[in-house]
Amino acid sequence: MSNIGLEHYLILSAILFAIGLYGALAKRNAVVILMCIEIMLNAVNIALVAFSRFVVPTLLTGQVFVLFVMAVAAAEAAVGLAIIIAIYRNRETIESTDINLMKW
Amino acid sequence: MGLDIAFWLLAVVGVLAALAVVLLRNVFRAVLSLIFCFLTIAGIYITLSADFLAAVQVLIYVGGISVLIIMAVMMTKEMPQGSPSNRLRLPAFILALVFFGILVFTVVNTPWSISASPPLAPTTATLADKLLGEGGFLLPMEIAAALLLAAILGAIVLVREK
Repeated sequence: MSNIGLEHYLILSAILFAIGLYGALAKRNAVVILMCIEIMLNAVNIALVAFSRFVVPTLLTGQVFVLFVMAVAAAEAAVGLAIIIAIYRNRETIESTDINLMKW
Repeated sequence: MGLDIAFWLLAVVGVLAALAVVLLRNVFRAVLSLIFCFLTIAGIYITLSADFLAAVQVLIYVGGISVLIIMAVMMTKEMPQGSPSNRLRLPAFILALVFFGILVFTVVNTPWSISASPPLAPTTATLADKLLGEGGFLLPMEIAAALLLAAILGAIVLVREK
């Protein structure tokens, strides 16, 4: 029997989520911010699959949720990068501190 | 025993790759490191006996999303300037650390109800039954299809030359 349990996967997921959170908050390049959001989504996916494996191993509900999260992540990446490219065309920058048109 | 070694190897390499995404100055190298992180997460899925999800992870993230991100990096010409942090770096670090502490505290102190039954060996047929079968997730799947169509159209409209 393996020593690796649910807690190991959940803590790995927490580490990845914290790294992604730090990057999404602290980075200025909008593409890097999107990459960090992808890391956070992947961390959540690991947690979902781990719950599915250790709590309800025969139902696979968590894995179905992961498929939906992946679909939403793909849509988010496509639209987000399109918005970044559109902003770059108009304003010649993707620094999140310089994109302040709607800031009051 | 082999599963333990595989988990620790994949976990350490994945966390190091994710750290490299955040810490590297060069955006392009950060993207390559992100792809490596996605690959190790596919390996993590295999250790969780989620074979179909591992294949989907490689196809969608390593094959699709990473190409999108590389294209965006190349079209925005920000590579020489790198990816510096903004002035909220220290508060963001403290916030991430506090959040991580809360998560670990919760995970360690919650009595999870672990099931002893072995996992399903091939998950693909069961997943298809869940998604398309009776009493499954058919409506959410159709909505996901509509969402993907809307995202494709939105991306085309946003990037199109005027």
